[in-house]
Amino acid sequence: MATEPVLEVADLCAAYGRTPVLRGVDMTIAKGEIVSLIGRNGVGKTTTMRCLIGLLPATSGQIVFLGQSITELPADERARLGIGYIPQGRQVFPRMTVEENIAVSLLASPGKDRRLTDLVYQYFPILKQRRRQSAGTLSGGEQQQLAIGRALVGNPRLMLLDEPSEGIQPSIVDMICEVLKSVRDQLGTTILFVEQNLDTILAISERCYVIDKGAVVAEIGRDRLRTPEVVRHHLLI
Amino acid sequence: MFAEAFSIAFQFADVFAFLILAAAGLAIIFGMMGIINMAHGEFITCGIYVTVIAVQHGVPLPLAQALGAVSAGLVGIALERTIIRHLYHRPLDSILATWGISLMVTQGMLIVLGSSWQGIGTPLGSFKVGDYTFSAYRLVLFGAAVGVLAGLYLIFMRTGYGVMARATMQNAAMAKALGVRTERMYAISFGLGAALAGLCGALYAPTMTLIPTMGITFIIESFVTVVVGGANVLLGTAPAGILLAIVRTALNAWYGQIAGQIGLLITVIIVIRILPEGVSGWLSRRER
Ligand SMILES: Nc1ncnc2c1ncn2[C@@H]1O[C@H](COP(=O)(O)OP(=O)(O)OP(=O)(O)O)[C@@H](O)[C@H]1O
Ligand SMILES: [Mg+2]
Repeated sequence: MATEPVLEVADLCAAYGRTPVLRGVDMTIAKGEIVSLIGRNGVGKTTTMRCLIGLLPATSGQIVFLGQSITELPADERARLGIGYIPQGRQVFPRMTVEENIAVSLLASPGKDRRLTDLVYQYFPILKQRRRQSAGTLSGGEQQQLAIGRALVGNPRLMLLDEPSEGIQPSIVDMICEVLKSVRDQLGTTILFVEQNLDTILAISERCYVIDKGAVVAEIGRDRLRTPEVVRHHLLI
Repeated sequence: MFAEAFSIAFQFADVFAFLILAAAGLAIIFGMMGIINMAHGEFITCGIYVTVIAVQHGVPLPLAQALGAVSAGLVGIALERTIIRHLYHRPLDSILATWGISLMVTQGMLIVLGSSWQGIGTPLGSFKVGDYTFSAYRLVLFGAAVGVLAGLYLIFMRTGYGVMARATMQNAAMAKALGVRTERMYAISFGLGAALAGLCGALYAPTMTLIPTMGITFIIESFVTVVVGGANVLLGTAPAGILLAIVRTALNAWYGQIAGQIGLLITVIIVIRILPEGVSGWLSRRER
């Protein structure tokens, strides 16, 4: 496993208006790692992700991506540097087709590598079948696949996924987990994902950060992750 | 009999062209950015003056008209970069700001350009069908309106800009998070809307007497069409144009121009009651 960090987050703080929500998030993620971020409802998981992609400004702290500080960069520049964002609730463009949803991200990326579209259709054959259908009419599971595929065509070095299993049937969740693993294995993509579903956490994460009240309070390493009780304990603190 | 039918169709085409050309630029700026551009009439005026001045300096009319559209577009982009972009999340302030710009421009033009100018005359002459005489240039205007609609369809459905612009319109934060330069999308869209307003002015310049406030001539029709059409240019503007042109042509024919104008306003009131999001809101809800 390479050790060069892809993402280093130091003492990240953020607020909605005057209400502080993040009070010191620290993480370091190495190239090719699959790391999960867990915690109870409302502790700031989504806020952390929005801060990392740049949809919410940091009030203090540092975000370093591939050795470059991105703390002050707007979201579109971060995306073009190689961060793919798959938000909670998927947020596909409802009145555009599957194909167009994917094209948005492809056209916006600096590489514009059209072969990635074929790769996405290989990973998610259902998207190819439905490519002319408007995204708003897809099922939840299909929209999740689209949100992931859409991020993938931007050729990200780091993917941020916010609860990819939320509201999706187990067989599709398994399939998505398999795809994420192959993405990492074939493309070397680093993955950080927020999750509350114990099975998904255990299935693919190699390391895990626990967040509570806006701060990272624990890190669960490879060895302790093999014991589900440890993770379950942290999901319920 | 044929001549009468042709005359009615001709009048319909004439009204339709006026509605579409007057509204297209306003509709794009409203649909893309949620901004009600009170300075729409001044962009039209800009197109008119640039066309007239160019023609008076010997530039051929079609080229002068292209110049009129392009200059309005450039003014639009400049305005977006300096003022409008600070007002995206403040719709009421954007109305006030564009209205202020509109007032300043109108008064400024009165001072600088004087109150009336020599027109440039309508080209292409006229033709006869039965006992009726028609202006051939009106057919050009109808062709231009259809061309604008087709062009907008191609731009928004078939180009990279169009795909990214529609994504920005549907969910700007998400588009930005995927790497779309949303500010640039807004600047281009505002420029495109301004250029279309300029084109409207440029196309109608040969048909009118020139006074600095003539942008007003187009304002009622453009707002009425956008309100009836709703926020989606592709789905809304054309159907709104057809509906309103039918109402107006019929009322004009039976009761005269004033009745046509009143009919438009009554149609708007009825449409707002039945379809608060306009024709395009209704169509896209049915689609889902
Ligand atoms: N737009 C907002 N404005 C104000 N407060 C917000 C906003 N979004 C989230 N919050 C608050 O910030 C806190 C953290 O929210 P966040 O969405 O990050 O939680 P989460 O850990 O992702 O929760 P969940 O597990 O339910 O997705 C919550 O207390 C929430 O109420
Ligand atoms: Mg969340």
